[in-house]
Amino acid sequence: MLTEGLRAENLTVVYERVVALEDVSFSVSHGSMTAVVGPNGAGKSSLLKAAVGLVKPFRGRVTVLGDTVEKARGRIAYVPQREDVYWDYPLTVWDVVAMGRFKAVGYLKTVGKNDEKVLKALERTGLTSLMDRKISELSGGQQQRVFLARAIAQEAELYLLDEPLKGIDAESEDKLLILLHELKQEGKTIVMSTHDLSSTFELFENILLLRNRVVAFGPPEKVLTSENLSAAYGSDRVAMHFADVRRVAGWS
Amino acid sequence: MELIQILLEPFGYEFMRMALLTAVTVGIVASTLSVIVVLRGWSLLGDAISHSVLPGLAAAAALNLPLTLGGAVAGITASLLVGIVESKTRVRNDTAIGIVLTGTFALGLVIISKFRPAVDIFHILFGNVLAVSYEDFLTTVLLSAAVIAFFAALLKEIVAYTFDPIFAYVVGLPSSTLHLVLMLMISLAVIAALQTVGIILIIALLITPGAAGQLVAKNLRQMFLISIAVGVTSAIVGLYLSFYFAVSSGGTIALTATALFFAISIVRKMTFSGRRAPQAFR
Ligand SMILES: Nc1ncnc2c1ncn2[C@@H]1O[C@H](COP(=O)(O)OP(=O)(O)O)[C@@H](O)[C@H]1O
Ligand SMILES: [Mg+2]
Repeated sequence: MLTEGLRAENLTVVYERVVALEDVSFSVSHGSMTAVVGPNGAGKSSLLKAAVGLVKPFRGRVTVLGDTVEKARGRIAYVPQREDVYWDYPLTVWDVVAMGRFKAVGYLKTVGKNDEKVLKALERTGLTSLMDRKISELSGGQQQRVFLARAIAQEAELYLLDEPLKGIDAESEDKLLILLHELKQEGKTIVMSTHDLSSTFELFENILLLRNRVVAFGPPEKVLTSENLSAAYGSDRVAMHFADVRRVAGWS
Repeated sequence: MELIQILLEPFGYEFMRMALLTAVTVGIVASTLSVIVVLRGWSLLGDAISHSVLPGLAAAAALNLPLTLGGAVAGITASLLVGIVESKTRVRNDTAIGIVLTGTFALGLVIISKFRPAVDIFHILFGNVLAVSYEDFLTTVLLSAAVIAFFAALLKEIVAYTFDPIFAYVVGLPSSTLHLVLMLMISLAVIAALQTVGIILIIALLITPGAAGQLVAKNLRQMFLISIAVGVTSAIVGLYLSFYFAVSSGGTIALTATALFFAISIVRKMTFSGRRAPQAFR
């Protein structure tokens, strides 16, 4: 039985002279939900990219679903950071979700307009009525759901989401987190990054607090302490936020 | 003269019939690629590839090799070179393109001035539709057909890769191969355009039709259709203008494309503000 979702051992990622990640080790079990939290430049994107083989470790290694990154590639879905896709494309919601089926459908074939997996993914994410809309005309929260729907249509085991909560309102955030939680209940592994401390963290089994190194790793109530947060974010601003976080989560 | 006569007159000449078919073919292939070039923001890269085809053509001419081969190799080399300059020196992408563009173009001029192959540099750069031979025509059509066939066959992969490269990589599409194939296609389109618009003005057909399509298209299919319509119209209208005013066909084709772009953007502005106005009063 598959028990391991994602594991990093002494993972070090270096770009020329910048050390993005140093000696990062952690492991999350399959069927769990993890938030990678840290300020801008903390190495969150680098970690997710290392998990799919887009950046190669300088040292250490990553194991995905108990396999090497190369072997696991097809079982991973990646929801890119906003800046990583080209929004000028006049693609409809359906067009993007259908991409999740490209690999399964194969070359020289098109995804049928009635493809069940696409339609189901649209339904689950509440996008059925929007499927003919251009993605550039959607709200930020709807756009994130489109990319999550594509991941669902792909039928992946591990979902990696890079800053999906950036620039979306509280209601959309709740919708997205509930969807992720459902996927987790179905046994998928979810790893999501965020720099925003006001996110809702109760749904997550683990928090990986990152500042190029692991500041702390474990269940939210253990990790999200004022010492840890100021070690990661390094300012008093955090202390303020932090009081809110604990209050909302009901830990204080 | 009657309109029908004006329209038919040029095609009493064998060379004009050949020129028309060649120009329309080039229009179709370039405006198809144009959609991706514009959406992905590869306009400058297309510019670099078209300029860099020159040394390949010159070297091939000097060595008596097929021009197509020389041009294709040079185009792909240039696109790789841009990537290498960008990543190894960490200059900005547009700077890397500028360096490669001018460097390769200069190399082409040096080769031509040294070996003086039997090609007219002006014609290579700006096209000379009068000189379209049956062989040129055949080369253009075969190259274009090959490009269109590959493009159509790989369309969904090409769109996925250019829209969201990380996704393409993660689901296991052959990203780097797709990238190379696209660069090869752009190079071949440039070579196919050699006789009609030339390797410099082909840029107009690699950018403008797609840009015009982007102005009004509601989805990707529409964008392809509008882009191709603009490309083909430019080729045909441009050729007539070239015939009747006895001016460079490359120039008239590129100018027609430019005029169409502005016409479409003005029409869009007018219909758009017309539709918007009532809302302002709500
Ligand atoms: N391709 C790259 N080349 C050079 N440096 C990079 C590259 N990508 C990221 N970095 C650097 O690595 C560090 C971590 O970046 P990143 O993983 O994007 O952090 P985050 O996603 O947490 O903001 C930053 O200092 C960033 O500037
Ligand atoms: Mg990031």
